[in-house]
Amino acid sequence: MMEKMIFGRYVPAESPLHRMDPRSKLLMVFFFVCIVFLANNTMTYVILGIFTLVLIILSKIPFRFLYNGLKPVFWLILFTLFLHVFFTKEGEVLYSIAGLDIYEGGVRQGLFISLRFTYLILITSLLTLTTTPISITDGMEQLLNPFKKLKMPVHELALMMSISLRFIPTIMEETDKIMKAQAARGVDFSSGPIKDRIKSIVPLLVPLFVSAFKRAEELAIAMEARGYRGGEGRTKYRRLRWQTVDSLLIVSLLAVTVLLVIFRT
Amino acid sequence: MREQLVLLDNVVFKYDGQEHNAVDHVSFDVFKGEWLAIVGHNGSGKSTLAKLLNGLQFPLEGKIIVNGMELSEESVWDVRKRIGMVFQNPDNQFVGTTVQDDVAFGLENAGIEPEIMRERVKNALKRVKMDQFLNQEPHHLSGGQKQRVAIAGVLALQPDIIILDEATSMLDPRGREEVLETVRELKEENVLTVISITHDLEEAAKADRMIVMNQGTVYRNGTPREIFQLEEELISLGLDIPFSIKLAKSLRENGVEIEDRQLTDGELVKELCELNSRM
Ligand SMILES: Nc1ncnc2c1ncn2[C@@H]1O[C@H](COP(=O)(O)OP(=O)(O)O)[C@@H](O)[C@H]1O
Ligand SMILES: [Mg+2]
Repeated sequence: MMEKMIFGRYVPAESPLHRMDPRSKLLMVFFFVCIVFLANNTMTYVILGIFTLVLIILSKIPFRFLYNGLKPVFWLILFTLFLHVFFTKEGEVLYSIAGLDIYEGGVRQGLFISLRFTYLILITSLLTLTTTPISITDGMEQLLNPFKKLKMPVHELALMMSISLRFIPTIMEETDKIMKAQAARGVDFSSGPIKDRIKSIVPLLVPLFVSAFKRAEELAIAMEARGYRGGEGRTKYRRLRWQTVDSLLIVSLLAVTVLLVIFRT
Repeated sequence: MREQLVLLDNVVFKYDGQEHNAVDHVSFDVFKGEWLAIVGHNGSGKSTLAKLLNGLQFPLEGKIIVNGMELSEESVWDVRKRIGMVFQNPDNQFVGTTVQDDVAFGLENAGIEPEIMRERVKNALKRVKMDQFLNQEPHHLSGGQKQRVAIAGVLALQPDIIILDEATSMLDPRGREEVLETVRELKEENVLTVISITHDLEEAAKADRMIVMNQGTVYRNGTPREIFQLEEELISLGLDIPFSIKLAKSLRENGVEIEDRQLTDGELVKELCELNSRM
């Protein structure tokens, strides 16, 4: 289940967006999160919408996957929409029901904020749907490289992330095994009062932690035996390649920024 | 003359807070191109010995020489390039997110250029017949396959020696045979000297030489034939003797005239067949 949540995210396909350097995609998301706040009228929201749509088409990701990303926050979006519709009192009154006035400004504001949410989620989903977790890790490590000078443990963080990614399925399998072993001894994980269910988690967590620590220790020894001694003097097997499309992505994003500045009110 | 590759001279090691020496005045050497099996009861110091050879621990007394280099804080990184290790648990030594990333891990540590790395990763995986699995994730591999990837990781660094610390003990019989066959082929091609720590006496019987460890000391050092002569003595050390030897012994006691000591099942079967044809 968890595995699906984390690994089911990446959808392999042959698309320009898949082939792009993770660094450009990460930068794009970062930029987009900033400039989305520049939009404040219909024109600017349309511009952002077109940009997002073009990326979606370029990614060749079936709409179903994007919808899955939106589903968990759907209610949040709806909630913000209604909040604005009912409580923002700006502009003309459009409609009156049961003593509640609905203002034109409220509807607009509500729609804009919901759109902003939707764009942000779509764009971040596009990143994780078209980039493997390990590429994202590599990209982050490269982007954060300048911060090494400020004594930020960039390499260590990236290694931690990639080892976590590597061990999640292993630990999942183990959890499953322990759960079955405990269930065979009569532990009930899925029914009964909350208190009992929480109690039944303890005999699951204890062996899991013990084994995780043992794994960590053995892994550390194995890494040392294979000559690991920190990031110093280390080369990288996976090389990131910044191509023309990557520059194009950044340039188009800059163009969008310029348009937003021009058309915003 | 046999070329000496590793020398241990009166090596002593004790873990902090332990009463007894884990390794107690151990001396032996390892020759180029041989397969050395180390056997001994649990806690007899076999893994500690392996860690000493690789500089994961340093001896309190005595010295270790690998390939002419005395093992010290300075030489340890060079020594680690000469000695590769494969550990017991296939999962807990798999560092990369995919097969090729894992094989590359040691190369990255050694600062090898990316172009050369690709070449070496591919070659090493071909050697262990895992080149079909470049992008496979570890949880989709069997234990035997993971251990072969671990061997590829060692091979990629082009070492002289490989230490297997109970590398097959968590595998099913098929995985075990896969891994041992791989190592055997590599040894035949004269690329590796093998030090294999094992509980599998059938495997030890096929080694060129055996060392029996007991409570941190070398109890015996000799050919498998010599070692398995000890029979009762081995059993008193908490070890066993291979099934073929046991069977041959009972046969002899029951008046079947078989000649020499048979070390492996194959040898015994052959001997019995010959005996059968003579009758
Ligand atoms: N990390 C450790 N800390 C303290 N004592 C240890 C440690 N590892 C092993 N020992 C002790 O050292 C002795 C030898 O252990 P080990 O080399 O693992 O034996 P083997 O591999 O032959 O089973 C044992 O008595 C064991 O308890
Ligand atoms: Mg051991």
